[in-house]
Amino acid sequence: MTGTWSLLRLVLRRDRLLMPLWIVCLAIAPMGYLSSIKAAYPDAAARQHFYDLNASSATFLVRNGPLYGSSVGNLLAWQCGFVPVVVGLIALLTVVRHTRTEEEAGRRELTGATVVGRHAGLAAAVLAACGACLVYGILVGLGVGAQGVPFAGAFALGLGFSLAGWVFAAVGAVAAQLTWGASGARGAGIGVLVLAFLLRAAGDSGSAGWLAWLSPIGWAHRMRPFAGEQWWVLLLAVSATGSLVVLAVALSARRDLGAALLPARLGRSGARASLRSPLALAWRLQRGTLLVWTGCLALVGLLMGGVAQNVAETMRDNKAVADVLSRLGGGGGVMDAYLAGTMTLFGLAAAGYAVQATLKLRAEEAGGRAEPVLATAVGRIGWALAHLTFALAGSAFLLTVTGLATGLAYGASLVPAALAQLPAVWVLAGLSTLLVGLVPRFAAAAWGLLGAFLLLSLVGSALRWNEVVLGISPFQHLARLPGGTFSVTPVLWLVAIALVAGIGGLAALRRRDIPVG
Amino acid sequence: MAEAITADGLTKAFGPVKALDGLDLTVHTGEVHGFLGPNGAGKTTTIRVLLGLMRADGGRATLLGGDPWTDATELHPRLAYVPGDVTLWPNLTGGEVIDLLGRLRGGLDGKRRAELVERFDLDPRKKGRTYSKGNRQKVALVAALASDVELLIFDEPTSGLDPLMEEVFREVVEEERDRGDRTVLLSSHILSEVEALCDRVTIVRAGKTVESGTLDELRHLGRITIDASLAHVPADLAALPGVHDLSSYGSHVHLSVDQPALDDVMRHLAEAGLRNLVSRPPTLEELFLRHYRHDEPVGAAR
Repeated sequence: MTGTWSLLRLVLRRDRLLMPLWIVCLAIAPMGYLSSIKAAYPDAAARQHFYDLNASSATFLVRNGPLYGSSVGNLLAWQCGFVPVVVGLIALLTVVRHTRTEEEAGRRELTGATVVGRHAGLAAAVLAACGACLVYGILVGLGVGAQGVPFAGAFALGLGFSLAGWVFAAVGAVAAQLTWGASGARGAGIGVLVLAFLLRAAGDSGSAGWLAWLSPIGWAHRMRPFAGEQWWVLLLAVSATGSLVVLAVALSARRDLGAALLPARLGRSGARASLRSPLALAWRLQRGTLLVWTGCLALVGLLMGGVAQNVAETMRDNKAVADVLSRLGGGGGVMDAYLAGTMTLFGLAAAGYAVQATLKLRAEEAGGRAEPVLATAVGRIGWALAHLTFALAGSAFLLTVTGLATGLAYGASLVPAALAQLPAVWVLAGLSTLLVGLVPRFAAAAWGLLGAFLLLSLVGSALRWNEVVLGISPFQHLARLPGGTFSVTPVLWLVAIALVAGIGGLAALRRRDIPVG
Repeated sequence: MAEAITADGLTKAFGPVKALDGLDLTVHTGEVHGFLGPNGAGKTTTIRVLLGLMRADGGRATLLGGDPWTDATELHPRLAYVPGDVTLWPNLTGGEVIDLLGRLRGGLDGKRRAELVERFDLDPRKKGRTYSKGNRQKVALVAALASDVELLIFDEPTSGLDPLMEEVFREVVEEERDRGDRTVLLSSHILSEVEALCDRVTIVRAGKTVESGTLDELRHLGRITIDASLAHVPADLAALPGVHDLSSYGSHVHLSVDQPALDDVMRHLAEAGLRNLVSRPPTLEELFLRHYRHDEPVGAAR
């Protein structure tokens, strides 16, 4: 482990902006929720009403986890239900970025040849990620606790987030040993994360509550912040993290630098006749991502659609709940409201795919793989459009399949409702293109935009933020289908914005140096 | 047309760093042209400007009679390019990359491809991520050389190749040269390679052209090295104009002479009773070092 300390400092130096940024942004969020909750539900009666509405309905438990009570703290913990997934994702990506990506870029070789221990790089990455998660958890505890809710609950909430980060940092460490290359490791890690989310969702919404105990995301909720904190869950998480790190070290000791435990196979000695255009190349490079996204979202769609059925049955059985719910939704629109909310989730996810597919342009450029293609008869616009085809048509395909799967499980056609999200998805693709064209070095800011829209859509509307602020998100202007009324004007506006941004991005791409100097 | 490539006073700055600072380059059609310079001299930037990947801030460039920036897609089917740092798509095999790049360029000679794969001892079935640097280089070389194009642009093509493969590369380029209808621009800092392959060379330093011409022409600018055994060593030898680096042991002298002073120096040596004489023209290395050794260090991006 010699050299771990200096490598740790290297990791912190490289992440000196990114790490504080996510810690602070994600720490401010719960504090914001807290004051919004206090404003929206000022007295015990309002909160009790909220509790009655949500605690018994499986639909919302899928998204946010169990609602343990009607205190301000309980509502806060429930509102933060998605945070463990985000923290887990960040921790996972951090570890892969500082292990496998380093190895792929050949920089690991550079440090590996100096006086550092064999596992120092792995140790430094895991320590950095876990340390950041701990700092984040403590900040949440202090920040939330300072606003007049019990400190014990505040810290259980914060450390619950940290715990999810720790376990997924270790998952990232294992994934980084298993596959060829960083993208494979990221894919495997995110797969585990999705599985953990689904297990938690299934456990919380159905009768098989033990399923949630199989999921590190579930553990964060089982800390029971503000509801009789179960501190021993932390021990569970620490030992799971420890075991996974030991596994990662053992795996890493068995493989060579750059190699994988899962072996690589030999491929074709020549290209198929069809591999002859930029579009065919883009298909080869993008199809894996598209299929994984489609598979994951279709699975989630089946789950959400299936749970919707469950809700319908619950409502039939429980006349009182049904009355409350339908008063809230107006008419018989509660089921529709649930489905429309689900579609917003899918729209945001499809936008994530669109951003990833668009940023592939930048990845190809930065990786030096755009240069040989552009030195052939392929023009810049043709090259860019080949990848953008996947951002635009790929996201349409993704939404169609997801709508189909949700509708299949629910028992009605939801494809149009899913496709209604498309204009907002395209806006993100257009904005990403603009960033790639204009400020290629900061193209990753597209993820920041998506994160902001996600915050506005999922949290802002629930907490009744100002309409003008909410309107920044393109998802706010979409028809809420099923149930809502579809109008053409906002769709035209969104498509026009997407087009203008996209064309602007392409024009900038045509004018600039590749690779950018 | 007589000139495949012309560049006239190219300038290009990346922020505060001047990568090109008035660079000139002329490559005649049908020749193998060496493009020499140390790391960071501006070779890669020049090539990127010629490929229309980057736009020069100033100066003019033509490529195969067209403008490299505006006519890029019309010009590119007529050339093939091997970048200095070859990166391949991790999930495509070497063979697929060769075929793909060939097709995107407008066609590939299947027989020539097979022959080159054989000669470069390349396994085309491996995935891009599993190739070593040298093997990635070979993939790009085969893809370029198997295309029937007018102009080949190589940016430090043999970095990463083993000596055996360097030799294969030399043979292949010599064959191309002997065909006579292909133009090759070979950027390199391996002098023996340039000396063996190139008709003309351009030497650049800190984004400027410092020397350009045939190797013979350049040699005239350098110093000739002389080793001689004499009956007696004349005392005034060191004082003669144009004599440098004189050393002697016993009756043996070693010196280098500027080209114009050679006649005079030889007369002096002959008078001193020549018993043995070895003279050697300046190597490219000496020419090259002449421009760099005593100059102030410069920091410029490639």
